[in-house]
Amino acid sequence: MGQFLLVTIQVDMHDRLALTLQDDLTDRIVKTEAKGVLIDISALEIVDSFIGRILSNIATMSRILDAETVVVGMQPAVAITLVELGLSLPGVRTALNIERGMALLQASLGRSAPGQSVEGQSVEGQASRGQSAGEKGNHARS
Amino acid sequence: MPDREVLLLRDSADIVLVRQKARAFAVQLGFSLVEQTKIVTAVSELARNTVDYGGGGSVTLEVLMSSRIGLRFVFEDQGPGIVDINLALQDGYTTGKGLGLGLSGAKRLMHDFDIASEPGKGTRVEITRWR
Repeated sequence: MGQFLLVTIQVDMHDRLALTLQDDLTDRIVKTEAKGVLIDISALEIVDSFIGRILSNIATMSRILDAETVVVGMQPAVAITLVELGLSLPGVRTALNIERGMALLQASLGRSAPGQSVEGQSVEGQASRGQSAGEKGNHARS
Repeated sequence: MPDREVLLLRDSADIVLVRQKARAFAVQLGFSLVEQTKIVTAVSELARNTVDYGGGGSVTLEVLMSSRIGLRFVFEDQGPGIVDINLALQDGYTTGKGLGLGLSGAKRLMHDFDIASEPGKGTRVEITRWR
């Protein structure tokens, strides 16, 4: 996968384990120079305020380290409970599943990373040529 | 399944254990998945409060079978207690490193909520969800 880290949380984490995950992940972002982090929480049966804070922390820390975080796969019952708990996961981007999360990361990287946006640039170039042609047309008519 | 069980709360591993017990009780009593999730989340918040702020304590799980079926949890500690309960119940209020959603969030997730605390003596929080 190269520039993305995929983290799948598969156990009911106790608090110290969650803190370890936060530390390990930030280390790994630096070591691998990852540009994106996908956290799959589809196996998590609850997200309480502690886990919510860890997810927010990871998103903030990775942003500071120039990586985007997307949390994917939250169960509907967990989402309903989170809202009632009063937790809105500020700063955390979410997607329905891994595929959509990956697409979100690729889209956000495509805009910023040079060398990856060749296709985008050529489209932009065509658009501007089209626009200038249109202007010429207008000019010719006037 | 017994209709009453007391579990110790000393560290974060105990919080996980209590979550699992709460889930098992809720499943057994026929609560829906969303209700189970609300119950387990509320229990997790209060169990963490007992460990982090109360210096450890216990939780009593109790099955209620009167005119209605319910599940009650009583958290007790002999910690420093809460001086201003109304303040502690406000969203975002915390004396520690949390988000300040533990008490207020647990109250919203359950049907009944009762708290008693005496500074220097400890805190007792009782939550119930009816089916």
